[in-house]
Amino acid sequence: MAVGWLGFAVLPWYGLESNFFAFGWLSRGYPMEPELAPALFLVGQGKTPWLAPMALLLALPLLAWRRQKSDPFFATLLITVGALGLVWFFLQGYGIGLRGWRFEWMTALFGELGDRQFGMGYGALLVGGSFLFLMSLGIAARGAVGGDVFVVSSIVFVVAMVTLFIFVPILQMLANAMLTDKGGYSLGSFGGKLFAARLWGLDCLSGSGRCGVAWNSLFLAIVVGIVTTLLGLVFALVATRTSMGFRNALRALTVLPIITPPFVIGLAIILLFGLSGAVNQGLAEVFGYQPTRWVYGLPGLLIAQVLAFTPIAFLVLIGVVEGVSPSMEEAAQTLRANRWQTFVHVTLPLIRPGLANAFLLGFIESMADFGNPLVLGGNFDVLSTEIFFAIVGAQYDQAQAAVLALVLLAFTLTAFYAQRFWLGKKSYTTVSGKGDAGVHPPLPRPVALAIFTIAGLWIVFTVIVYATIFYASFVRLWGIDNSLTLAHYIQAFSVGWNEFGIHWSGSAWSSFFTTIMISLISAPLTAVIGLITAYLLVRQNFRGKQGFEFGTMLSFAIPGTVIGVSYVIAFNVPPIELTGTGIILVLSFIFRNMPVGVRAGVASMSQLDKSLDEAALTLGANSFQTFRKVILPLLRPAILAALVYSFVRAMTAISAVIFLVSARYDMATSYIVGRVENNEYGIAIAYATMMIFVMLVVIGLMQLAVGRRDIGRRDIGGDPQKAGWRSNVSLPAGGANQAIAGGG
Amino acid sequence: MTDIKGKAASVEFRNVTKVYPNARVAAVDQVSLFVEPGRLVTLLGPSGCGKTTTLRMIAGLEMVTSGQILIGGEDVSALPATDRDVSMVFQSYALFPHMSVRENVEFGLKFSGFAKQEIGDRAIAGLKLVGLDGFGERLPSQLSGGQQQRVAVARALVLEPQVLLFDEPLSNLDAKLRRHVREEIREIQQTLGLTVVYVTHDQEEALAVSDRIIVMNNAVIAQEGTPRDLYDAPASAFVADFIGEANLLDCEIRRVDGETATVALGPVTLSLAARGLPVGPGRLAIRPDRIEIAPAGTPNSLPATLKKVTYAGSHLECVVQSGAGEIFAICGDVDAPIKAGDAVGLSFPARGPVLIVP
Repeated sequence: MAVGWLGFAVLPWYGLESNFFAFGWLSRGYPMEPELAPALFLVGQGKTPWLAPMALLLALPLLAWRRQKSDPFFATLLITVGALGLVWFFLQGYGIGLRGWRFEWMTALFGELGDRQFGMGYGALLVGGSFLFLMSLGIAARGAVGGDVFVVSSIVFVVAMVTLFIFVPILQMLANAMLTDKGGYSLGSFGGKLFAARLWGLDCLSGSGRCGVAWNSLFLAIVVGIVTTLLGLVFALVATRTSMGFRNALRALTVLPIITPPFVIGLAIILLFGLSGAVNQGLAEVFGYQPTRWVYGLPGLLIAQVLAFTPIAFLVLIGVVEGVSPSMEEAAQTLRANRWQTFVHVTLPLIRPGLANAFLLGFIESMADFGNPLVLGGNFDVLSTEIFFAIVGAQYDQAQAAVLALVLLAFTLTAFYAQRFWLGKKSYTTVSGKGDAGVHPPLPRPVALAIFTIAGLWIVFTVIVYATIFYASFVRLWGIDNSLTLAHYIQAFSVGWNEFGIHWSGSAWSSFFTTIMISLISAPLTAVIGLITAYLLVRQNFRGKQGFEFGTMLSFAIPGTVIGVSYVIAFNVPPIELTGTGIILVLSFIFRNMPVGVRAGVASMSQLDKSLDEAALTLGANSFQTFRKVILPLLRPAILAALVYSFVRAMTAISAVIFLVSARYDMATSYIVGRVENNEYGIAIAYATMMIFVMLVVIGLMQLAVGRRDIGRRDIGGDPQKAGWRSNVSLPAGGANQAIAGGG
Repeated sequence: MTDIKGKAASVEFRNVTKVYPNARVAAVDQVSLFVEPGRLVTLLGPSGCGKTTTLRMIAGLEMVTSGQILIGGEDVSALPATDRDVSMVFQSYALFPHMSVRENVEFGLKFSGFAKQEIGDRAIAGLKLVGLDGFGERLPSQLSGGQQQRVAVARALVLEPQVLLFDEPLSNLDAKLRRHVREEIREIQQTLGLTVVYVTHDQEEALAVSDRIIVMNNAVIAQEGTPRDLYDAPASAFVADFIGEANLLDCEIRRVDGETATVALGPVTLSLAARGLPVGPGRLAIRPDRIEIAPAGTPNSLPATLKKVTYAGSHLECVVQSGAGEIFAICGDVDAPIKAGDAVGLSFPARGPVLIVP
């Protein structure tokens, strides 16, 4: 409550244009100047009477002072105050549009508005937060979840965050989709845009013209999903079921695409197979035909996306394949099944959820992929690029973008549902708490041969692709002037000295530092929210838990492009006015990558025996102390995985970012895409190479810090087991893998 | 030197019912029980009978659906685990793997508002009590199963709880160690005068360790009493069969004179405690080791034929076919000259057969 008053009476209510922490606002007429004043003074001056009820509500909890916690009055009062406060808080926030009051009755009540309302500032943030807290105190006092304040406030907090930053933006996007050119709402215009021929046309089937954008996306995503799943399975089998030295090479190679900005693969494909690409020109010379542009469009996209997303499928599947207890397979063999029968009837069905998961990820990644289609798409338009051009293009049609985003969202959600439906409620858990001894039986011979060939080819191809990227960053002008040069690096990353010390004169430094800063800020926040959510999901029982789980998992099926568009639409206007700030980037990263933290947490937390928590509770620790002293220390590997992963994802993300960057907060990826659009491939590739190295270094440092060999690997959970932790803890087998593979 | 003492309190259930969410039947149904301070009471029953749920409700890890739980006379039904003065030793021991033995033992003390010095002293005293002084700096993973178990006991003891709970504490130990550890637990309990509620599904363990046993079945209490009561006078077929082994035979209750009933089992007439049963068809429970294998024709004996005789080292196990059905009997004399096919007579000593509810 004190915090609430601090927000109400001391801190400026509205967002400031200058930096809050510079405290420059203290000297500029605070607290009387309306732009800087806290709500209390605003009310006192009669400027914003609509804030007054909140003062009243904030004062009410005083009535509960000195009352017993079990007193029903205490609970009821706090809940009422919290709920009313929140309702009023948002009512007044959303009630004031850009052009005065949204609703007639509010105008009648408070009179015409002279000025527009600004976005809410720190003062408002604190007041909103304290209402939330008061409400959770009340709910806890009523005995929900055993009256545990920590758990209740965590639930309320997560629910509020997810609602505010995932559901509200999506709903606002939905509303925007119905916006007509004149600014009114109309179902007709929505329908017109939704069923446009450009989206759903089937002309390509009859051989005349192009198919609709939606079909393009869908087809590409399905093919990519299937291919990456199969390849992922192949690699997972190679890595677990064979004794080849392949294993480590494979695992190392799979890290590369994760730290590679997605469209960089597209660039490499152009360098290899494009019009002036090395392979294309070479073949043309040998066979004496004109080099063609065949790679632009579906073929190129397929190659690039398969290359980029197969490692994700691999990481999902290797966890599952390793999770199949060897004793299952051994049992099958003692029951007279041969290797092939064992594989088909036991192993494959057991990894079915993994396959479904891998497919879903490939599907969503492909749907959301923005960089590759932009670079490689040619005339093959897909939804994500279409959305981009609807927002940044000449047409600037937010409604069109919203409609497209909805179609995209519909596809991914359908896939998400289909997966759940397919998996049904069967339990596929095979790993019991007790460690299984035993060895996976070798694969049937023909299968083994086939997968070795495929894996070998893929490895060779990946190596070529990365070698190309590396080499190309030193080439002056690929295909035309093949002399080697450092010019691209110098242009992007030159460092000079002037009178102020080091002068970062390279053109890329600004976006580079922004990227690192934003990534460093968002990574720990992502990990915190993710782990708290995971704790609630795994360890606590409360009403509405299923809905809670569904909501958090849903955000994982929402493509980045959609998040980007909806943030642009939702946070461009008060009450939460964030466009053009760094905060919006941080927020988008948190909620884009949150499912990863949740999955990492859930995976490793379900490996921790619940009796550990219960022991702590019976020993007198409360739930927060239990979480902090027992669960968190044991989850160190998962925390690390979540940290590294959200950092890396923030560095390489493009789909949501491209909509949210501003001149001041430009991100590396969008900078690179900009260079590609200007055909400055040299700089783009040099920058991308640089980023790959930076991330390798970062990951390397993090591993060194904890003394582990390989990130996102099974060994993350391996060390403590080697040390011989008994019975209670078999730490995340594959937990970290799933974490890495988790985000869409 | 700090000593660990007991602060024993009673535990009482008043019509406690627990229904898990989404479950149709109650896990514990209208159970009332009372555990006197300073006693060791065992909850015994097959898996799924509700004994662990009962224990967890005492701990506060599960909340009652209806009814009241009183500890030391105070209603604690609404208190969560954190706020109850109860500690628990888990089946898996639940030692925190990232803390040393000493840190594990100190864990609960830290949240109980003891001074730093006191925490250290108590932890040392606790470890000493279970014979593990000097092991404080090791990690739980560096201890054997039995040692881990003792750390778990020490961790619970140092809080001097009103009630100490054990959830199948011996199930992860091998057979020899089990007997040893259960004697240690009993000894500590008696020395400190602790109130202990102990869950097990092993009837032998229950008989050996308890002051009193509460047998549970299908969410209700089937019978409670001292180990001797339960073994010698089971109230129902379930208890007779679950505790030790029993032959269940149909019989005829001929006459009831107050406390005594005259019972006919084939040609044999027995005089037994009536236990409130009416004249008519009845049911007998007879322990295998309370049956004497006598020569055929012995007066008041049940004629039978030996079907199988198995040498089991300390005794002979016999399967006998009689008019009342197949009977399993144990013959303490390994040198008895009996073999399969022999005709014998089964005679029953006075405290052998017990009438049970049919």
